[in-house]
Amino acid sequence: MSNAPVDNGRRRFLTVATSVVGGVGAVGAAVPFIASWNPSAKAKAAGAPVEVNISKLEPGQMLRVEWRGKPVWVVQRTPEMLEELTTHDDKLRDANSEVEQQPEYAQNKYRSIKPEVFLAVGICTHLGCSPQYLPDSFSAQVEGVPSGFFCPCHGSKFDMAGRVFQSVPAPTNLVIPPHKYLDENTILVGDDSGAA
Amino acid sequence: MFKNLLDWIEYRIPMMRVANMHALQYPAPKNMNFWYVFGFLATIVLVNQILTGIWLTMNYVPSADGAFASVEYIMRDVDYGWLLRYMHSTGASAFFVVVYLHMFRGMMYGSYQKPRELLWLFGMFIYLALMAEAFMGYLLPWGQMSYWGAQVIISLFGAIPVIGDDLTLWIRGDYVISGATLNRFFALHVIALPLVIVILVFLHIVALHEVGSNNPQGIDVKHPKGSLKEEEKTKFKIHEYYTSKKDIIDDVVPFFPHIVLKDLVAFSLFCMGCSYVIFFNPEVGGLFLEGPNFEPANPLKTPEHIAPVWYFTPFYAILRAVPDKLLGVLTMFGAIVMLALLPWLDRCKVRSVKYRSGLHKINLAVFAVVFVLLGWLGLKPATPTFTLMSQISTVLYFGFFGFLWLYSKNEQTKPLPARITK
Repeated sequence: MSNAPVDNGRRRFLTVATSVVGGVGAVGAAVPFIASWNPSAKAKAAGAPVEVNISKLEPGQMLRVEWRGKPVWVVQRTPEMLEELTTHDDKLRDANSEVEQQPEYAQNKYRSIKPEVFLAVGICTHLGCSPQYLPDSFSAQVEGVPSGFFCPCHGSKFDMAGRVFQSVPAPTNLVIPPHKYLDENTILVGDDSGAA
Repeated sequence: MFKNLLDWIEYRIPMMRVANMHALQYPAPKNMNFWYVFGFLATIVLVNQILTGIWLTMNYVPSADGAFASVEYIMRDVDYGWLLRYMHSTGASAFFVVVYLHMFRGMMYGSYQKPRELLWLFGMFIYLALMAEAFMGYLLPWGQMSYWGAQVIISLFGAIPVIGDDLTLWIRGDYVISGATLNRFFALHVIALPLVIVILVFLHIVALHEVGSNNPQGIDVKHPKGSLKEEEKTKFKIHEYYTSKKDIIDDVVPFFPHIVLKDLVAFSLFCMGCSYVIFFNPEVGGLFLEGPNFEPANPLKTPEHIAPVWYFTPFYAILRAVPDKLLGVLTMFGAIVMLALLPWLDRCKVRSVKYRSGLHKINLAVFAVVFVLLGWLGLKPATPTFTLMSQISTVLYFGFFGFLWLYSKNEQTKPLPARITK
């Protein structure tokens, strides 16, 4: 033991310096552990675009395809369904699709590129269930609206353009994924580069 | 010879001292009634979950391709695999049965009040860890309900503004629930969370033994040093760790064997109940194991009706009662936070419901009924009538805490006896 007097200032400096350096080290060491939870390169690669052929889709019919593991719906809307979209704007949360849930080219009355073909991610914007397509029994959910989508989990309701009704848990309209037409009957889901 | 061996060990590690302090010479109030068996039972279930869980991992395949089939394999081809799995699945529900009763005991007898606030908080942390453990375990069979249940619960975090979407992506490790999610949940379910729970249980017991057990009358059995006459002190041998700090009144018994024997009676009854479920009714009509979970997970199709397992339904009903995503999530978590804040919301000095006002008795009874009602509503589809009932129940749930805070400050209580009465 040396008899040198204790230098408290120096001691405090060393304690603080050691703590700070140790703390930085701990934060640095946490990075790989936290970052390893991000989607892996493989998962990212699996998010590749999907081609959909809609030549056999009848009016009123729905086709489900998988894109990034999610259900993507393609519905051939009937003229009645398109007609009905204009009748209930006052019951919707976001009738004009102002919240960015769709690419610019789908920010229109029908939320689609072609009015009759509706394409959306079939995942409820509330807590991620997949809503049911009710082509002719939806009026039990919303009076006067014959067709729409109803989420069985928490009762959220969407119209035939995937627009959310008021007083349901889902906050926003259904997501329209980026997509483009490769030809008359083929849609590419997940890639819209070069499309207007 | 044996004595020498014990002495040799004791000199090197304090085995007998710990046994004496925490069991053979631990002072437990003599009036502990049947409500006091649930802590013991919870420990037993924890041991059961760890043991059967280890054995299940020996045949379970943690991957999106293999999980569902490996559970079928355990059920059909592994000797006694069905028994191990049903013990584990029944144990999960039994865990929540005893934990809910254990918590209600604490609420009835004011066991969260000073000086047991930290003890109560450790208990709440165990409860949270247990919910996370149960939720992650439920994904592992990779059935329809596993998949969509996890989808809903993980999406709850998406309600957080700004970071929500990135956070859910980070939790899942993929754009949807996938094998990546399954594998990390498996790791957390079998290693990380059990470790956390065991450590928290240890801290819970250390904190309990430091402040001492409460009892149905909510009066202290430990008195200030020197305040009791020699004939008023307990005649049992109590560890000097306790007697050196406090005078302990003649209303206690050593935890072992007196309390343990009583707990063992409850344990045997509990085993009978669990055996009935395991051997005759493992699904309990869809409450313990849900029908849609016998179908493999299908990311493109949500089951007609999604309900969590029964022990989450009270909070699920609260979530659904609020017609706004973020507010719903906040209300649901708020319901748990309120419970954790009980020691500070209850400003009354009298602990046990026996000596508290009629208002408190009614308030607590209404709370119990509302909690069960919410649990029932959470199992039902979201029809307008049920949603309205959930909304009323949610208001009453939070009302319990609000009223408690208001009236407990100047509550009309009955006089407390000086000694534990029979």
